[in-house]
Amino acid sequence: MRKSLTCTVCPLSCDVVLEIGENNEILSLTGNKCARGKVYATKEHTAPERTLTTTVKTKGGSLPLLPVRSDQPIPKPMLKKAMEATADLVVDAPVKMGDIVIENFLDLGVNLVASRDLDRAH
Amino acid sequence: MKRSDVDVAVIGGGPAGLAAALAARNEGASKVLIIERNHELGGILQQCIHHGFGLHRFKAELTGPEYAQRFINLVKETDIEVLLETMVLEVRDDRTIYAVNSTDGMLEIGAKAVVLAMGCRERTRGALRIPGKRPAGIFSAGTAQRYLNIDGYIPGKKAVILGSGDIGLIMARRLALEGAQVEAVVEILPYAAGLARNVVQCLEDFDIPLILQSTVVQIHGDDRLEAVTIAKVDENWKPIPGTEQKIECDTLLLSVGLIPENELSREAGVALDPITNGPKVDDTLMTSVPGVFACGNVLHVHDLVDNVSKEAERAGAFAGRYALQQQADAARRVKVEAGENIRYVVPHEISLDKPVEFFMRVQRPEQNVVLDLGGLRTVKKPSVRPSEMLNITLTEEMLSKLEGDTLTVRIVPQKEDGVDA
Amino acid sequence: MNREEKAKKKVQVAIIGGGIMGTLAARELSRYDLDILLLEKEAEVGWGTTKANSGIVHAGIHEDPGTLKAKYCFPGNQMFPQLCEELDVSFKQNGILVVALSEQEMETVHMYYQRGLERGVPVRLLSREEVLAQEPNLTPDVVGAVFAPEGGSVMPFELAAAAMENAVANGAELMVDSPVLSAWVEGTSKFLETPTHVIEADLVINAAGLFTDEIAAMFGDDYFSINPRKGEEYLFDLDLEGLVTSTVFPVPSGPTSKGILVIPTSEGNLMIGPTSDNVPERADLGTSYEGFDRIFEQTRRLVPSLDARKIVAQFAGLRAASDRGDFIIEFSPTVPGLFHLAGIESPGLTAAPAIAADLPRMLEEQGYKLTPKSDFNPRREGIVRFRLLSREEQDELIRQNPAYGRIVCRCETVTEAEIVDAIKRGARTLDGIKFRARAGAGRCQGGFCQPVIMGLLSRELGIPVEEVTKRGAGTEQIYFAAKELLGKGVS
Repeated sequence: MRKSLTCTVCPLSCDVVLEIGENNEILSLTGNKCARGKVYATKEHTAPERTLTTTVKTKGGSLPLLPVRSDQPIPKPMLKKAMEATADLVVDAPVKMGDIVIENFLDLGVNLVASRDLDRAH
Repeated sequence: MKRSDVDVAVIGGGPAGLAAALAARNEGASKVLIIERNHELGGILQQCIHHGFGLHRFKAELTGPEYAQRFINLVKETDIEVLLETMVLEVRDDRTIYAVNSTDGMLEIGAKAVVLAMGCRERTRGALRIPGKRPAGIFSAGTAQRYLNIDGYIPGKKAVILGSGDIGLIMARRLALEGAQVEAVVEILPYAAGLARNVVQCLEDFDIPLILQSTVVQIHGDDRLEAVTIAKVDENWKPIPGTEQKIECDTLLLSVGLIPENELSREAGVALDPITNGPKVDDTLMTSVPGVFACGNVLHVHDLVDNVSKEAERAGAFAGRYALQQQADAARRVKVEAGENIRYVVPHEISLDKPVEFFMRVQRPEQNVVLDLGGLRTVKKPSVRPSEMLNITLTEEMLSKLEGDTLTVRIVPQKEDGVDA
Repeated sequence: MNREEKAKKKVQVAIIGGGIMGTLAARELSRYDLDILLLEKEAEVGWGTTKANSGIVHAGIHEDPGTLKAKYCFPGNQMFPQLCEELDVSFKQNGILVVALSEQEMETVHMYYQRGLERGVPVRLLSREEVLAQEPNLTPDVVGAVFAPEGGSVMPFELAAAAMENAVANGAELMVDSPVLSAWVEGTSKFLETPTHVIEADLVINAAGLFTDEIAAMFGDDYFSINPRKGEEYLFDLDLEGLVTSTVFPVPSGPTSKGILVIPTSEGNLMIGPTSDNVPERADLGTSYEGFDRIFEQTRRLVPSLDARKIVAQFAGLRAASDRGDFIIEFSPTVPGLFHLAGIESPGLTAAPAIAADLPRMLEEQGYKLTPKSDFNPRREGIVRFRLLSREEQDELIRQNPAYGRIVCRCETVTEAEIVDAIKRGARTLDGIKFRARAGAGRCQGGFCQPVIMGLLSRELGIPVEEVTKRGAGTEQIYFAAKELLGKGVS
């Protein structure tokens, strides 16, 4: 099976073509212009990951929402579940950038952290 | 009316204003003031909660708020004065600023140097003249981003996004993550205007179709938006009859371009470049009004905040020097011209006595080309396109070789022996 | 709600329609000791044909002799300076210029000039050089022009809202969101049913604009009809202010239109339009590529430097043209006590004050007794326009009310205090705020200030943000709170 990917490592945006075997193994990888492209395409095929950036509700803060992020990428298929897991979350102000909002988020070994400072409402 | 005097007044507390103020202070200007209309610093970065900022500057992929917070924290460590919820109403050509807020009333601020850092606004439906009715549910992408990320509201549950610039792509993902359906991103160009990475991570990850060479040709719905009709366009961007397709939706986001906000500049008498819609500046980023500098998206629309910070630091530093009367007049001034396949170049004028970083955009996509800066430096480029800003620095040594009174920047085809200086 | 369950209400005068005609009629009649109720089907007044009107106060030279249009246009024009002063609304007497681009067109220009002289309208004939001296940005192809200096420009919705406010201050009542669903006669009383009320009135004034024929038909009057005629308009950024100073008309090519114009609005923005096309549908407020192309091509013939990139907004309106081709200002021939103010198309805005002022005479001729009120107050104070004040005045105002120090709309420099004031006067929607206080009317079209205005409307009206509308029920801008859709999927 052939599979085509756009490399997102740099603005060149190489179209990388992968030949995939029966056990989902990569038989060949062409079209990348550099080594980083190979690493990216391999990862993207075997275990794609994304950084989650979203918001959570706040209590007592100067804003109704706090922007948060995962401090490491999480498996791409987990994005939807991760969003749902943050839906009912409420964070108390004040918060400092980098504060951990959820530790070991969804047992993925990553933390959900605050993207900014948030003062108490005055 | 309250009167105060400062060395450098920075109008706008977004990424440009923050970096400019810090640079002016570091340059030795003792009284530096940031005037910000919002209730907090950070500007539009505060609503750009996605990551990908700061790769050049911090070698990390920060979110917008994280990028802003780093600069805000630096400003907090200084004695830079910050006026929040304060709107500048007027800048005079003698650098007197009139601004209001609810606690001080009218403020009259005399500044030895002014840095314009007001940012930009989004193009509207009116500017595109999209035909049809005027229902509720049509937003510029940035407005929707603010509703979603700051105020906590989702405009609707079935959206079409016009424009595949990065803001449009990012909003597609945000809506999808929040549980809304994004029916399509519609782009008039034959390729996505935003970064390939955003096409992959914002559209492909969520199975959102990208419909190219198409535009919205009709808005339906008397009260709330009910549908849009899109159609293919020809090479002149004219809709092709018979290619119409109706898409039901309750929300239309427009991500169709940004316009530098130069109303204050214009009234101050600052000469503007009709292509960038921003001030004409020299290599110190000073405008045609002495002592008034400009940087960031008010000068020209950037795609990377890292470049905004860098440009703003230059503007801030030279504003500081101007305030301290340390900036000597250059002996020789040279005009910078946009040549073959160059839409614009900033700065517009240089003085050859210091290194200059040029920012420019091309008119049309091209591959395997050489960017030629007046023969002083040539750089090979595998591909160039209008949505990606180019930036190149010329050293003093390179500039010293310039003859004549014009430096022309152009894109030329690559030769076999094309040199990369 | 069943008719039986609806609240009953009895008034002497019921006016149907809160457009410029209905609101000015309400104000005029509020000079007298009368019980007046105005029914408006939309959330606020001035939102039908009035809203999309070009805002031109015509000079009185275009109308054919012998028409009601001619009868009321010039007298109406003459009332505007005082009317706008009393109601504290913007009015600019910038003059009207009808421009000839050929010797043949000069014949029409001469005809208008003669008409002006006959009617007592101040007019001047201008040579090519004089026109270009007055309007240097007009095409050099201009041959000559007729200039009527007393032509002007107003904001029609502002005028309608102001007239209504003044009428209410003088005792009239306004009911919004109140379309007339049915109407009937019992004895000498006329009844009007709205979604919430059944109203009994001695006198019904039908000023329902596009729907005057439908209202008439509810009473069994079907002797006239309204044939809507659409006009598209395109509004430029404020920074084109001054490109032309007078309203520039071409010599019209057909009988149903005065042509496509370049209009300096009383707020300073340039506007181009309108088209003039018969349309079958009374809700057809769409703009079109074709309409724009036509407008742009024709106005560029007059002002070649017009730049389409500077357009910030576009809209369309429907003229309530009658099948008579003239105003219909008369009592119903079949229903006593039903008065029609129909077919008030161009120059309807200009004529409206004169028509309203003539109403008492027409009513008295039919035996209605009108007793002037001694305490009628013709004056209304407008919303303070922060932007137009001096720096010292602005400073003083902020000291009195800190909300003047919070600029909400940066493009038009509109403060929170002005927006709150507009809400106190009846603005309930984003469009209402835009029309009354101009917040959101500028170059960014609310891109920056809309979320803030939504918050102010929510706070002042005591409703959730999700219930704030663009222009009434069904036009909510925001459907959900963040996180509301998560885990639920889209149905």
